[in-house]
Amino acid sequence: MIVTYLKVFAVGGLVCLIGQILINLTKMTSSKILVTFLLIGVVLEAIKVFDFVKDFAGAGITIPIVGFGSTLAKGAIEGVQKFGLIGALTGGMQAAAAGLSAAILFGFLISLIFKARTKV
Amino acid sequence: MLSRTEYVELDKKMAPKSKEWSTLVCAFLVGGFICCIGQAVSDVFKLCVPTASEKLTSQFTSTVMIFIGAFLTGIGIYDNIGKHAGAGSIIPITGFANSVVSPAMEFRSEGMVFGVMCKMFVIAGPIIVSGVTSSVGVGIVYWIIGLIK
Repeated sequence: MIVTYLKVFAVGGLVCLIGQILINLTKMTSSKILVTFLLIGVVLEAIKVFDFVKDFAGAGITIPIVGFGSTLAKGAIEGVQKFGLIGALTGGMQAAAAGLSAAILFGFLISLIFKARTKV
Repeated sequence: MLSRTEYVELDKKMAPKSKEWSTLVCAFLVGGFICCIGQAVSDVFKLCVPTASEKLTSQFTSTVMIFIGAFLTGIGIYDNIGKHAGAGSIIPITGFANSVVSPAMEFRSEGMVFGVMCKMFVIAGPIIVSGVTSSVGVGIVYWIIGLIK
């Protein structure tokens, strides 16, 4: 139990540490950082490495945006295996639907409820 | 005693370095902590619904994490965390939620359609476009590999 959480903490922290090193070295904006890590996730899933890391680190690798990329790629691969070429289009979004819809729904609702604060 | 110019030089030499180190430590700690919360959410869900598939568990977890990220952004806490944690708050899925909510709130004054609905995707748009494009690409590659086999 504790070992699991230590692994999650270490790997999750490490992913963010790599991101922070990239930010410090290249002055990347958050948008570019997110895109970069998403693509890393897609590549890791495509070469079948992601599941090994996931077995080891659990949420440490699925909670970072890397996991979102992997979900998209995994969905597309499964779609192709089930439905042929059209599955490449339907699978990815289907797998990521919960996250995307949640982000859009909560994003919209919360921007209606709360007012923006003046930035310091 | 240091003269004023010497002090400025010393300050220049010391300041960025120490700041860089502290951002690295903060990113590691905050990032790791957010991932642990995610692990806890999925563990609790598995306890409550033992029959749930792995897919459902991960969908539930990311939904809850996105809600937490969006809510903390709404009440203004997440941006304060982000000031110190940098990538530690950007890279977890809560940071994705933050990148949707934050511009939506900021541009609300420009109207419902062109303010909130458009500006929601200022940061998240590139993520969705690149993610969908690359995953479709991966799917097509797997389709071709399947044909060859």
